[in-house]
Amino acid sequence: MDFDFEAPLEELKEKIKLLDEKAAAGDATASSKAAQLRKKLEAQTARIYSTLEPWDKVQLARHPGRPTITRYSKEMCDDFIEIHGDRVFGDDPAMLCGFARIGDQRFMLIGHRKGDTVEQNIEYNFGMANPEGYRKAMRAMHLAEKWHLPVVTMVDTSGAFPGLEAEARGQAEAIGRNLMEMAALETPILTIVTGEGGSGGALGIAVGDRILMLENAVYSVISPEGCASILWRDGTKAPEAAKALHITSSDLAELKVIDGIIPEPVGGAHSHPEATMENVKAAIISNLKELEKVSASHLTENRYKKFAAIGRFN
Amino acid sequence: MGWFEKKVDTEAIVPDAIWQVCPSCKAHIMKDEWVKNIKVCPKCNYHDRMGCRERIKLLIDDGTFREFNDHIVPSDPLNFSDAKGPYAEKAAATVKKLGISESVITGSGNIGNTRVVIAVMDFRFLGGSLASGTGEKILLAVEHAIRFKRPFIMLSASGGARMHEGIISLMQMAKTCAAVSKLEKAGLPYISILTDPTTGGVSASFALIGDVNIAEPGTLIGFAGRRVIEQTIKQKLPKDFQTAEYLKTHGFVDHIVERKNMKSFLENLLSYRLK
Repeated sequence: MDFDFEAPLEELKEKIKLLDEKAAAGDATASSKAAQLRKKLEAQTARIYSTLEPWDKVQLARHPGRPTITRYSKEMCDDFIEIHGDRVFGDDPAMLCGFARIGDQRFMLIGHRKGDTVEQNIEYNFGMANPEGYRKAMRAMHLAEKWHLPVVTMVDTSGAFPGLEAEARGQAEAIGRNLMEMAALETPILTIVTGEGGSGGALGIAVGDRILMLENAVYSVISPEGCASILWRDGTKAPEAAKALHITSSDLAELKVIDGIIPEPVGGAHSHPEATMENVKAAIISNLKELEKVSASHLTENRYKKFAAIGRFN
Repeated sequence: MGWFEKKVDTEAIVPDAIWQVCPSCKAHIMKDEWVKNIKVCPKCNYHDRMGCRERIKLLIDDGTFREFNDHIVPSDPLNFSDAKGPYAEKAAATVKKLGISESVITGSGNIGNTRVVIAVMDFRFLGGSLASGTGEKILLAVEHAIRFKRPFIMLSASGGARMHEGIISLMQMAKTCAAVSKLEKAGLPYISILTDPTTGGVSASFALIGDVNIAEPGTLIGFAGRRVIEQTIKQKLPKDFQTAEYLKTHGFVDHIVERKNMKSFLENLLSYRLK
Protein backbone atom coordinates (compact mmCIF):
# COMPACT_ATOMS: atom_id res chain seq x y z
CA MET A 1 0.00 0.00 0.00
CA ASP A 2 1.39 3.35 -1.03
CA PHE A 3 -0.99 5.74 0.71
CA ASP A 4 -3.23 5.89 3.76
CA PHE A 5 -6.19 6.77 1.60
CA GLU A 6 -5.80 3.42 -0.17
CA ALA A 7 -6.33 1.46 3.09
CA PRO A 8 -9.95 0.49 2.28
CA LEU A 9 -8.69 -1.22 -0.88
CA GLU A 10 -6.25 -3.48 0.91
CA GLU A 11 -8.82 -5.98 2.17
CA LEU A 12 -10.24 -6.42 -1.33
CA LYS A 13 -6.81 -6.83 -2.86
CA GLU A 14 -5.99 -9.50 -0.26
CA LYS A 15 -9.22 -11.40 -1.05
CA ILE A 16 -8.56 -11.27 -4.77
CA LYS A 17 -5.09 -12.64 -4.22
CA LEU A 18 -6.43 -15.64 -2.26
CA LEU A 19 -9.11 -16.31 -4.86
CA ASP A 20 -6.54 -16.12 -7.63
CA GLU A 21 -4.47 -18.76 -5.86
CA LYS A 22 -7.53 -21.01 -5.56
CA ALA A 23 -8.40 -20.40 -9.20
CA ALA A 24 -4.89 -21.35 -10.20
CA ALA A 25 -5.37 -24.63 -8.33
CA GLY A 26 -8.43 -25.36 -10.51
CA ASP A 27 -11.33 -23.85 -8.50
CA ALA A 28 -13.72 -22.52 -11.17
CA THR A 29 -16.04 -20.60 -8.81
CA ALA A 30 -13.04 -18.83 -7.28
CA SER A 31 -12.11 -17.47 -10.67
CA SER A 32 -15.54 -15.92 -11.31
CA LYS A 33 -15.62 -14.54 -7.75
CA ALA A 34 -12.24 -12.95 -8.29
CA ALA A 35 -13.49 -11.28 -11.45
CA GLN A 36 -16.43 -9.83 -9.53
CA LEU A 37 -14.20 -8.49 -6.80
CA ARG A 38 -11.91 -6.94 -9.41
CA LYS A 39 -14.79 -4.90 -10.73
CA LYS A 40 -15.61 -3.85 -7.21
CA LEU A 41 -11.98 -2.89 -6.59
CA GLU A 42 -11.92 -0.80 -9.73
CA ALA A 43 -15.08 1.03 -8.74
CA GLN A 44 -13.81 1.69 -5.22
CA THR A 45 -10.45 2.91 -6.52
CA ALA A 46 -12.23 5.28 -8.87
CA ARG A 47 -14.38 6.57 -6.05
CA ILE A 48 -11.41 7.12 -3.73
CA TYR A 49 -9.35 8.83 -6.44
CA SER A 50 -12.19 11.16 -7.34
CA THR A 51 -12.47 12.48 -3.80
CA LEU A 52 -8.81 12.99 -2.89
CA GLU A 53 -7.85 15.88 -0.62
CA PRO A 54 -5.12 18.30 -1.76
CA TRP A 55 -2.70 16.78 0.74
CA ASP A 56 -3.33 13.30 -0.76
CA LYS A 57 -2.43 14.74 -4.15
CA VAL A 58 0.82 16.09 -2.73
CA GLN A 59 1.70 12.52 -1.79
CA LEU A 60 0.71 11.27 -5.24
CA ALA A 61 2.68 14.01 -7.00
CA ARG A 62 5.80 13.02 -5.07
CA HIS A 63 5.42 9.26 -5.63
CA PRO A 64 8.70 7.81 -6.93
CA GLY A 65 6.79 5.49 -9.26
CA ARG A 66 5.44 8.32 -11.41
CA PRO A 67 7.10 8.44 -14.83
CA THR A 68 10.25 10.53 -14.68
CA ILE A 69 11.57 12.59 -17.57
CA THR A 70 14.11 9.83 -18.21
CA ARG A 71 11.21 7.48 -18.96
CA TYR A 72 9.38 10.07 -21.04
CA SER A 73 12.52 10.63 -23.10
CA LYS A 74 13.15 6.90 -23.61
CA GLU A 75 9.68 5.35 -23.69
CA MET A 76 7.33 8.10 -24.87
CA CYS A 77 9.73 9.55 -27.44
CA ASP A 78 10.84 7.65 -30.54
CA ASP A 79 14.22 9.35 -30.47
CA PHE A 80 16.15 11.47 -27.99
CA ILE A 81 19.58 13.12 -28.28
CA GLU A 82 20.66 14.54 -24.95
CA ILE A 83 22.71 17.73 -24.84
CA HIS A 84 24.97 18.51 -21.90
CA GLY A 85 26.26 21.57 -20.11
CA ASP A 86 25.64 25.29 -19.76
CA ARG A 87 28.90 26.13 -21.60
CA VAL A 88 30.04 28.15 -18.59
CA PHE A 89 30.31 26.03 -15.46
CA GLY A 90 29.26 22.45 -16.03
CA ASP A 91 26.51 19.94 -16.65
CA ASP A 92 23.69 19.69 -14.14
CA PRO A 93 22.25 16.17 -14.09
CA ALA A 94 19.12 17.50 -12.31
CA MET A 95 18.03 19.09 -15.59
CA LEU A 96 17.61 16.96 -18.69
CA CYS A 97 17.71 18.65 -22.10
CA GLY A 98 17.76 17.26 -25.59
CA PHE A 99 16.36 16.88 -29.09
CA ALA A 100 13.27 14.69 -29.00
CA ARG A 101 10.99 13.14 -31.60
CA ILE A 102 7.57 11.54 -31.43
CA GLY A 103 6.62 10.27 -34.89
CA ASP A 104 7.22 13.27 -37.16
CA GLN A 105 6.97 15.79 -34.37
CA ARG A 106 10.39 17.09 -33.40
CA PHE A 107 10.92 19.31 -30.37
CA MET A 108 13.37 20.32 -27.63
CA LEU A 109 12.60 18.46 -24.43
CA ILE A 110 13.67 20.13 -21.19
CA GLY A 111 12.83 19.14 -17.64
CA HIS A 112 13.76 18.44 -14.07
CA ARG A 113 15.16 14.96 -13.64
CA LYS A 114 14.23 12.88 -10.64
CA GLY A 115 15.63 9.37 -10.46
CA ASP A 116 13.85 6.05 -10.84
CA THR A 117 16.06 4.51 -8.13
CA VAL A 118 17.67 5.79 -4.94
CA GLU A 119 21.09 5.75 -6.61
CA GLN A 120 19.79 7.78 -9.53
CA ASN A 121 18.08 10.21 -7.20
CA ILE A 122 21.36 10.86 -5.43
CA GLU A 123 23.10 11.32 -8.79
CA TYR A 124 20.37 13.71 -10.01
CA ASN A 125 20.13 15.58 -6.69
CA PHE A 126 16.44 14.55 -6.38
CA GLY A 127 15.55 16.81 -9.30
CA MET A 128 16.73 19.97 -7.54
CA ALA A 129 18.67 21.96 -10.12
CA ASN A 130 21.63 24.27 -9.61
CA PRO A 131 22.13 27.54 -11.53
CA GLU A 132 23.97 25.70 -14.31
CA GLY A 133 20.85 23.56 -14.76
CA TYR A 134 18.68 26.62 -15.37
CA ARG A 135 21.35 28.06 -17.67
CA LYS A 136 21.59 24.80 -19.61
CA ALA A 137 17.81 24.87 -20.01
CA MET A 138 17.98 28.42 -21.36
CA ARG A 139 20.77 27.46 -23.72
CA ALA A 140 18.63 24.59 -25.01
CA MET A 141 15.70 26.99 -25.51
CA HIS A 142 17.79 29.45 -27.51
CA LEU A 143 19.06 26.56 -29.59
CA ALA A 144 15.48 25.48 -30.23
CA GLU A 145 14.62 29.04 -31.25
CA LYS A 146 17.52 29.07 -33.72
CA TRP A 147 16.55 25.72 -35.22
CA HIS A 148 12.82 26.58 -35.28
CA LEU A 149 11.96 23.76 -32.93
CA PRO A 150 9.15 24.05 -30.41
CA VAL A 151 10.04 23.58 -26.74
CA VAL A 152 8.39 21.19 -24.31
CA THR A 153 9.29 21.68 -20.65
CA MET A 154 8.42 19.11 -17.99
CA VAL A 155 8.23 20.36 -14.43
CA ASP A 156 8.92 17.97 -11.58
CA THR A 157 10.91 19.41 -8.69
CA SER A 158 10.48 20.20 -5.04
CA GLY A 159 12.42 23.40 -5.79
CA ALA A 160 15.71 24.84 -6.96
CA PHE A 161 18.57 23.49 -4.85
CA PRO A 162 19.16 25.54 -1.69
CA GLY A 163 22.92 25.20 -1.37
CA LEU A 164 25.94 27.35 -0.65
CA GLU A 165 27.42 26.93 -4.11
CA ALA A 166 24.05 27.39 -5.78
CA GLU A 167 23.86 30.81 -4.14
CA ALA A 168 27.47 31.64 -4.97
CA ARG A 169 26.85 30.83 -8.64
CA GLY A 170 23.68 32.90 -8.74
CA GLN A 171 20.63 30.67 -8.34
CA ALA A 172 18.38 33.72 -8.13
CA GLU A 173 19.92 35.40 -11.18
CA ALA A 174 19.72 32.22 -13.23
CA ILE A 175 16.01 31.79 -12.56
CA GLY A 176 15.23 35.49 -13.03
CA ARG A 177 17.04 35.56 -16.36
CA ASN A 178 15.14 32.49 -17.56
CA LEU A 179 11.85 34.19 -16.72
CA MET A 180 12.85 37.25 -18.73
CA GLU A 181 14.27 35.37 -21.72
CA MET A 182 11.50 32.78 -21.91
CA ALA A 183 8.99 35.62 -22.11
CA ALA A 184 10.62 36.76 -25.35
CA LEU A 185 11.56 33.39 -26.88
CA GLU A 186 10.43 33.26 -30.50
CA THR A 187 9.39 29.63 -30.61
CA PRO A 188 6.42 27.83 -29.04
CA ILE A 189 6.76 26.69 -25.43
CA LEU A 190 4.54 23.96 -24.01
CA THR A 191 4.89 23.36 -20.28
CA ILE A 192 3.63 20.23 -18.52
CA VAL A 193 3.74 19.91 -14.73
CA THR A 194 4.15 16.15 -14.43
CA GLY A 195 4.68 15.83 -10.68
CA GLU A 196 5.79 18.45 -8.20
CA GLY A 197 5.74 22.09 -9.23
CA GLY A 198 7.89 23.56 -6.48
CA SER A 199 7.97 27.36 -6.47
CA GLY A 200 10.62 29.39 -8.32
CA GLY A 201 12.56 26.25 -9.18
CA ALA A 202 9.55 25.05 -11.15
CA LEU A 203 8.71 28.41 -12.68
CA GLY A 204 12.30 28.80 -13.97
CA ILE A 205 11.38 26.52 -16.91
CA ALA A 206 7.61 27.10 -16.92
CA VAL A 207 6.91 30.35 -18.78
CA GLY A 208 4.87 28.56 -21.43
CA ASP A 209 2.39 29.54 -24.13
CA ARG A 210 0.34 26.62 -22.86
CA ILE A 211 0.65 25.25 -19.36
CA LEU A 212 -0.81 21.81 -18.64
CA MET A 213 -0.81 19.70 -15.52
CA LEU A 214 -1.17 15.99 -15.03
CA GLU A 215 -4.32 15.38 -13.02
CA ASN A 216 -2.57 14.53 -9.75
CA ALA A 217 0.32 16.97 -10.07
CA VAL A 218 0.61 19.97 -7.75
CA TYR A 219 2.04 23.45 -8.34
CA SER A 220 2.66 25.87 -5.50
CA VAL A 221 4.43 29.04 -4.39
CA ILE A 222 5.80 27.14 -1.36
CA SER A 223 5.63 23.57 -0.08
CA PRO A 224 2.63 22.96 2.20
CA GLU A 225 5.08 22.00 4.97
CA GLY A 226 7.00 25.26 4.59
CA CYS A 227 3.83 27.33 4.53
CA ALA A 228 2.46 25.54 7.59
CA SER A 229 5.64 26.09 9.57
CA ILE A 230 5.62 29.82 8.76
CA LEU A 231 1.94 30.78 8.82
CA TRP A 232 0.68 28.14 11.28
CA ARG A 233 3.99 27.84 13.12
CA ASP A 234 3.40 24.10 12.99
CA GLY A 235 4.71 21.86 10.21
CA THR A 236 2.08 19.21 10.95
CA LYS A 237 -0.60 21.58 9.68
CA ALA A 238 0.64 20.90 6.13
CA PRO A 239 -2.69 19.29 5.06
CA GLU A 240 -4.50 22.51 6.02
CA ALA A 241 -1.90 24.62 4.22
CA ALA A 242 -2.19 22.39 1.13
CA LYS A 243 -5.89 23.14 0.99
CA ALA A 244 -5.51 26.88 1.64
CA LEU A 245 -2.81 27.29 -1.02
CA HIS A 246 -4.96 25.92 -3.90
CA ILE A 247 -2.30 23.72 -5.49
CA THR A 248 -4.16 20.97 -7.36
CA SER A 249 -4.68 20.85 -11.12
CA SER A 250 -8.38 21.66 -10.78
CA ASP A 251 -7.59 24.61 -8.46
CA LEU A 252 -5.12 26.03 -10.96
CA ALA A 253 -7.49 25.53 -13.88
CA GLU A 254 -10.15 27.41 -11.95
CA LEU A 255 -7.69 30.23 -11.22
CA LYS A 256 -6.87 30.28 -14.96
CA VAL A 257 -3.18 29.78 -14.27
CA ILE A 258 -3.11 26.60 -16.35
CA ASP A 259 -4.72 25.85 -19.69
CA GLY A 260 -5.60 22.21 -19.31
CA ILE A 261 -5.44 19.00 -17.29
CA ILE A 262 -4.04 15.76 -18.68
CA PRO A 263 -6.04 12.90 -17.17
CA GLU A 264 -4.33 10.09 -15.28
CA PRO A 265 -5.67 6.52 -15.34
CA VAL A 266 -7.68 5.52 -12.27
CA GLY A 267 -5.21 4.63 -9.57
CA GLY A 268 -2.76 7.35 -10.57
CA ALA A 269 0.30 7.71 -12.80
CA HIS A 270 2.44 5.59 -10.49
CA SER A 271 0.07 2.62 -10.95
CA HIS A 272 -0.19 3.00 -14.71
CA PRO A 273 2.93 4.76 -16.02
CA GLU A 274 2.57 3.53 -19.62
CA ALA A 275 -1.00 4.69 -19.99
CA THR A 276 -0.06 8.02 -18.39
CA MET A 277 2.75 8.52 -20.88
CA GLU A 278 0.30 7.82 -23.72
CA ASN A 279 -1.93 10.62 -22.44
CA VAL A 280 1.02 12.99 -22.19
CA LYS A 281 2.14 12.05 -25.68
CA ALA A 282 -1.30 12.84 -27.11
CA ALA A 283 -1.32 16.20 -25.32
CA ILE A 284 2.12 17.11 -26.67
CA ILE A 285 1.17 16.24 -30.26
CA SER A 286 -2.12 18.12 -30.27
CA ASN A 287 -0.85 21.22 -28.46
CA LEU A 288 2.32 21.59 -30.52
CA LYS A 289 0.29 21.23 -33.69
CA GLU A 290 -1.82 24.22 -32.65
CA LEU A 291 1.06 26.32 -31.32
CA GLU A 292 3.13 25.82 -34.47
CA LYS A 293 0.45 27.58 -36.50
CA VAL A 294 1.04 30.85 -34.64
CA SER A 295 3.62 33.33 -35.96
CA ALA A 296 6.60 34.16 -33.75
CA SER A 297 5.50 37.74 -33.12
CA HIS A 298 1.98 36.67 -32.16
CA LEU A 299 3.39 33.96 -29.91
CA THR A 300 5.47 36.33 -27.80
CA GLU A 301 2.71 38.94 -27.71
CA ASN A 302 0.14 36.36 -26.61
CA ARG A 303 2.56 34.99 -24.02
CA TYR A 304 3.07 38.47 -22.62
CA LYS A 305 -0.67 39.07 -22.44
CA LYS A 306 -1.24 35.69 -20.82
CA PHE A 307 1.12 36.41 -17.92
CA ALA A 308 0.17 40.07 -17.68
CA ALA A 309 -3.43 38.98 -17.10
CA ILE A 310 -2.60 36.74 -14.13
CA GLY A 311 -3.38 38.62 -10.95
CA ARG A 312 -5.33 41.44 -12.54
CA PHE A 313 -8.21 41.75 -10.10
CA ASN A 314 -8.68 45.44 -9.44
CA MET B 1 10.62 32.85 3.56
CA GLY B 2 11.17 33.49 7.24
CA TRP B 3 10.53 37.20 6.90
CA PHE B 4 7.53 37.13 9.23
CA GLU B 5 9.73 36.34 12.18
CA LYS B 6 12.43 38.78 11.24
CA LYS B 7 10.26 41.83 10.82
CA VAL B 8 11.84 44.52 12.95
CA ASP B 9 10.23 47.91 13.03
CA THR B 10 12.71 50.02 14.90
CA GLU B 11 10.36 52.95 15.01
CA ALA B 12 7.80 50.87 16.84
CA ILE B 13 10.34 49.82 19.45
CA VAL B 14 11.41 53.35 20.38
CA PRO B 15 8.63 55.55 19.04
CA ASP B 16 9.30 58.87 20.73
CA ALA B 17 12.64 58.18 22.27
CA ILE B 18 15.48 60.61 21.99
CA TRP B 19 17.85 57.76 21.33
CA GLN B 20 18.02 55.43 18.41
CA VAL B 21 19.72 52.13 19.03
CA CYS B 22 21.62 50.94 15.98
CA PRO B 23 20.20 47.49 15.13
CA SER B 24 23.68 46.34 14.14
CA CYS B 25 26.30 47.73 16.56
CA LYS B 26 23.80 48.66 19.32
CA ALA B 27 25.34 52.13 19.64
CA HIS B 28 22.99 54.78 21.04
CA ILE B 29 22.62 57.59 18.53
CA MET B 30 20.65 60.80 19.03
CA LYS B 31 17.43 60.46 17.09
CA ASP B 32 17.99 63.78 15.33
CA GLU B 33 21.38 62.65 14.16
CA TRP B 34 19.98 59.27 13.04
CA VAL B 35 17.36 61.00 10.89
CA LYS B 36 19.83 63.56 9.58
CA ASN B 37 22.13 60.70 8.67
CA ILE B 38 19.27 59.12 6.64
CA LYS B 39 19.02 56.11 8.96
CA VAL B 40 22.66 55.15 8.51
CA CYS B 41 24.62 54.46 11.69
CA PRO B 42 27.43 57.06 12.02
CA LYS B 43 29.41 54.53 14.08
CA CYS B 44 29.27 51.35 11.97
CA ASN B 45 27.74 52.50 8.64
CA TYR B 46 24.81 50.11 9.06
CA HIS B 47 22.11 51.01 6.54
CA ASP B 48 18.79 50.64 8.32
CA ARG B 49 15.61 49.77 6.44
CA MET B 50 13.61 52.66 5.05
CA GLY B 51 10.01 53.28 4.02
CA CYS B 52 9.23 53.74 0.33
CA ARG B 53 8.21 57.40 0.63
CA GLU B 54 11.47 58.25 2.41
CA ARG B 55 13.32 56.62 -0.48
CA ILE B 56 11.41 58.62 -3.09
CA LYS B 57 12.23 61.80 -1.20
CA LEU B 58 15.87 60.85 -1.17
CA LEU B 59 16.16 60.02 -4.87
CA ILE B 60 13.60 62.10 -6.75
CA ASP B 61 13.76 65.89 -7.12
CA ASP B 62 11.38 67.74 -4.82
CA GLY B 63 7.91 68.22 -6.20
CA THR B 64 8.42 66.15 -9.34
CA PHE B 65 7.08 62.76 -8.21
CA ARG B 66 3.77 61.69 -9.65
CA GLU B 67 2.42 58.47 -8.20
CA PHE B 68 0.73 55.81 -10.37
CA ASN B 69 -2.08 53.43 -9.56
CA ASP B 70 -2.46 54.01 -5.83
CA HIS B 71 -5.93 52.48 -6.16
CA ILE B 72 -4.41 49.02 -6.60
CA VAL B 73 -4.72 47.28 -3.25
CA PRO B 74 -4.21 43.60 -2.30
CA SER B 75 -6.71 41.08 -3.67
CA ASP B 76 -7.57 37.79 -2.07
CA PRO B 77 -7.91 35.34 -4.96
CA LEU B 78 -7.77 32.26 -2.72
CA ASN B 79 -9.99 33.55 0.09
CA PHE B 80 -7.02 32.72 2.28
CA SER B 81 -7.02 32.26 6.04
CA ASP B 82 -4.27 31.02 8.30
CA ALA B 83 -3.83 30.50 12.04
CA LYS B 84 -4.02 34.27 12.56
CA GLY B 85 -7.22 34.78 10.61
CA PRO B 86 -8.26 36.03 7.18
CA TYR B 87 -5.59 37.48 4.89
CA ALA B 88 -8.05 40.08 3.57
CA GLU B 89 -8.33 41.69 7.02
CA LYS B 90 -4.61 41.67 7.59
CA ALA B 91 -3.96 43.23 4.18
CA ALA B 92 -6.60 45.94 4.66
CA ALA B 93 -5.16 46.79 8.09
CA THR B 94 -1.67 47.07 6.58
CA VAL B 95 -2.86 49.44 3.86
CA LYS B 96 -4.53 51.61 6.48
CA LYS B 97 -1.59 51.57 8.86
CA LEU B 98 1.11 52.40 6.31
CA GLY B 99 -0.85 54.62 3.95
CA ILE B 100 0.44 52.81 0.88
CA SER B 101 -1.76 50.63 -1.31
CA GLU B 102 0.56 47.68 -1.81
CA SER B 103 4.11 46.49 -1.09
CA VAL B 104 5.39 48.78 -3.85
CA ILE B 105 4.74 52.35 -4.87
CA THR B 106 5.36 53.40 -8.45
CA GLY B 107 5.48 56.67 -10.32
CA SER B 108 7.53 59.01 -12.43
CA GLY B 109 9.83 61.79 -11.33
CA ASN B 110 13.03 63.65 -12.07
CA ILE B 111 16.57 62.71 -11.17
CA GLY B 112 18.46 65.81 -12.23
CA ASN B 113 17.96 66.14 -15.98
CA THR B 114 16.31 62.80 -16.49
CA ARG B 115 12.66 61.92 -16.11
CA VAL B 116 12.50 58.32 -14.88
CA VAL B 117 9.90 55.77 -13.91
CA ILE B 118 10.58 54.38 -10.47
CA ALA B 119 9.17 51.55 -8.35
CA VAL B 120 10.04 51.29 -4.67
CA MET B 121 9.17 48.32 -2.49
CA ASP B 122 8.48 48.65 1.22
CA PHE B 123 9.49 45.86 3.57
CA ARG B 124 7.03 47.03 6.22
CA PHE B 125 4.17 45.98 3.93
CA LEU B 126 3.83 42.24 4.74
CA GLY B 127 7.57 41.78 4.40
CA GLY B 128 7.64 43.55 1.05
CA SER B 129 6.07 40.43 -0.37
CA LEU B 130 5.38 40.09 -4.09
CA ALA B 131 1.69 39.51 -4.77
CA SER B 132 -0.85 40.29 -7.49
CA GLY B 133 -1.15 44.00 -6.67
CA THR B 134 2.64 44.36 -6.50
CA GLY B 135 3.16 42.61 -9.83
CA GLU B 136 0.41 44.60 -11.51
CA LYS B 137 1.80 47.94 -10.28
CA ILE B 138 5.29 47.04 -11.47
CA LEU B 139 4.04 45.87 -14.88
CA LEU B 140 2.00 49.04 -15.38
CA ALA B 141 4.98 51.19 -14.38
CA VAL B 142 7.21 49.40 -16.90
CA GLU B 143 4.57 49.83 -19.60
CA HIS B 144 4.49 53.55 -18.79
CA ALA B 145 8.28 53.70 -19.07
CA ILE B 146 8.09 52.06 -22.50
CA ARG B 147 5.32 54.37 -23.71
CA PHE B 148 7.23 57.51 -22.73
CA LYS B 149 10.73 56.07 -23.38
CA ARG B 150 11.92 56.56 -19.81
CA PRO B 151 14.58 54.63 -17.92
CA PHE B 152 13.13 52.30 -15.29
CA ILE B 153 14.53 52.20 -11.77
CA MET B 154 13.49 49.42 -9.41
CA LEU B 155 14.24 49.45 -5.69
CA SER B 156 13.67 46.01 -4.20
CA ALA B 157 13.05 45.15 -0.53
CA SER B 158 11.29 41.86 -0.08
CA GLY B 159 11.18 38.50 1.64
CA GLY B 160 9.80 36.92 -1.53
CA ALA B 161 6.45 35.88 -2.95
CA ARG B 162 3.38 36.34 -0.73
CA MET B 163 2.10 32.93 0.34
CA HIS B 164 -1.43 34.19 0.98
CA GLU B 165 -2.05 34.59 -2.75
CA GLY B 166 -0.49 31.23 -3.53
CA ILE B 167 0.24 30.43 -7.18
CA ILE B 168 -0.96 33.90 -8.23
CA SER B 169 1.98 35.37 -6.31
CA LEU B 170 4.41 32.94 -7.92
CA MET B 171 3.14 33.97 -11.35
CA GLN B 172 3.98 37.60 -10.58
CA MET B 173 7.63 36.62 -10.91
CA ALA B 174 7.00 35.62 -14.53
CA LYS B 175 4.75 38.63 -15.09
CA THR B 176 7.27 41.22 -13.88
CA CYS B 177 10.10 39.58 -15.81
CA ALA B 178 7.97 39.56 -18.96
CA ALA B 179 7.67 43.31 -18.45
CA VAL B 180 11.45 43.60 -18.05
CA SER B 181 11.90 41.68 -21.32
CA LYS B 182 9.81 44.37 -23.04
CA LEU B 183 12.08 47.08 -21.62
CA GLU B 184 14.99 45.11 -22.97
CA LYS B 185 13.42 44.94 -26.42
CA ALA B 186 12.65 48.68 -26.31
CA GLY B 187 16.30 49.36 -25.50
CA LEU B 188 15.47 51.26 -22.35
CA PRO B 189 17.74 51.30 -19.30
CA TYR B 190 16.76 49.11 -16.37
CA ILE B 191 18.59 49.93 -13.15
CA SER B 192 17.98 47.60 -10.24
CA ILE B 193 18.77 48.78 -6.72
CA LEU B 194 18.79 46.06 -4.07
CA THR B 195 18.03 47.13 -0.52
CA ASP B 196 17.84 45.11 2.65
CA PRO B 197 16.54 42.45 2.32
CA THR B 198 16.08 41.21 -1.24
CA THR B 199 15.41 37.50 -1.06
CA GLY B 200 13.31 34.60 -2.37
CA GLY B 201 11.05 35.20 -5.33
CA VAL B 202 12.05 38.83 -5.78
CA SER B 203 15.74 37.98 -5.98
CA ALA B 204 14.81 35.19 -8.42
CA SER B 205 12.86 37.48 -10.71
CA PHE B 206 13.43 41.16 -11.51
CA ALA B 207 15.97 42.17 -8.84
CA LEU B 208 19.14 40.65 -10.29
CA ILE B 209 18.52 41.15 -14.01
CA GLY B 210 19.11 44.88 -14.22
CA ASP B 211 21.39 46.40 -16.86
CA VAL B 212 23.23 47.58 -13.79
CA ASN B 213 22.64 46.05 -10.35
CA ILE B 214 23.37 48.34 -7.42
CA ALA B 215 23.12 47.51 -3.72
CA GLU B 216 23.35 49.39 -0.47
CA PRO B 217 26.17 48.21 1.82
CA GLY B 218 25.38 45.14 3.89
CA THR B 219 22.15 44.31 2.06
CA LEU B 220 20.97 40.73 2.48
CA ILE B 221 20.52 39.23 -0.99
CA GLY B 222 19.77 35.58 -1.60
CA PHE B 223 17.46 32.98 -3.04
CA ALA B 224 17.10 30.46 -0.22
CA GLY B 225 17.03 31.26 3.48
CA ARG B 226 20.19 30.81 5.51
CA ARG B 227 18.58 28.26 7.83
CA VAL B 228 17.23 26.16 4.97
CA ILE B 229 20.68 26.05 3.36
CA GLU B 230 22.40 25.13 6.63
CA GLN B 231 19.89 22.32 7.18
CA THR B 232 20.30 21.08 3.60
CA ILE B 233 24.09 21.04 3.38
CA LYS B 234 24.76 20.55 7.10
CA GLN B 235 27.53 23.13 7.11
CA LYS B 236 28.04 26.52 8.70
CA LEU B 237 27.92 29.32 6.17
CA PRO B 238 30.54 32.05 5.81
CA LYS B 239 29.79 35.22 7.75
CA ASP B 240 29.46 37.46 4.71
CA PHE B 241 27.29 34.88 2.88
CA GLN B 242 24.43 36.50 0.92
CA THR B 243 25.55 40.06 1.62
CA ALA B 244 25.77 42.70 -1.11
CA GLU B 245 29.56 42.46 -0.83
CA TYR B 246 29.44 38.65 -1.35
CA LEU B 247 27.22 39.09 -4.40
CA LYS B 248 29.63 41.68 -5.83
CA THR B 249 32.61 39.36 -5.34
CA HIS B 250 30.67 36.61 -7.11
CA GLY B 251 29.75 38.85 -10.02
CA PHE B 252 26.07 39.53 -9.51
CA VAL B 253 26.14 43.11 -8.21
CA ASP B 254 27.98 45.84 -10.12
CA HIS B 255 28.33 48.42 -7.44
CA ILE B 256 27.80 48.98 -3.76
CA VAL B 257 26.70 52.54 -3.20
CA GLU B 258 26.16 54.26 0.12
CA ARG B 259 22.77 55.77 0.68
CA LYS B 260 24.04 59.32 0.81
CA ASN B 261 25.66 58.93 -2.61
CA MET B 262 22.86 57.02 -4.33
CA LYS B 263 21.17 59.94 -6.06
CA SER B 264 24.33 61.47 -7.48
CA PHE B 265 25.49 58.00 -8.54
CA LEU B 266 22.25 57.46 -10.45
CA GLU B 267 22.42 60.90 -12.02
CA ASN B 268 25.92 60.22 -13.25
CA LEU B 269 25.11 56.71 -14.43
CA LEU B 270 22.08 57.89 -16.40
CA SER B 271 24.25 60.50 -18.15
CA TYR B 272 25.99 57.63 -19.97
CA ARG B 273 22.88 56.86 -21.94
CA LEU B 274 23.51 58.82 -25.08
CA LYS B 275 20.24 58.21 -26.86
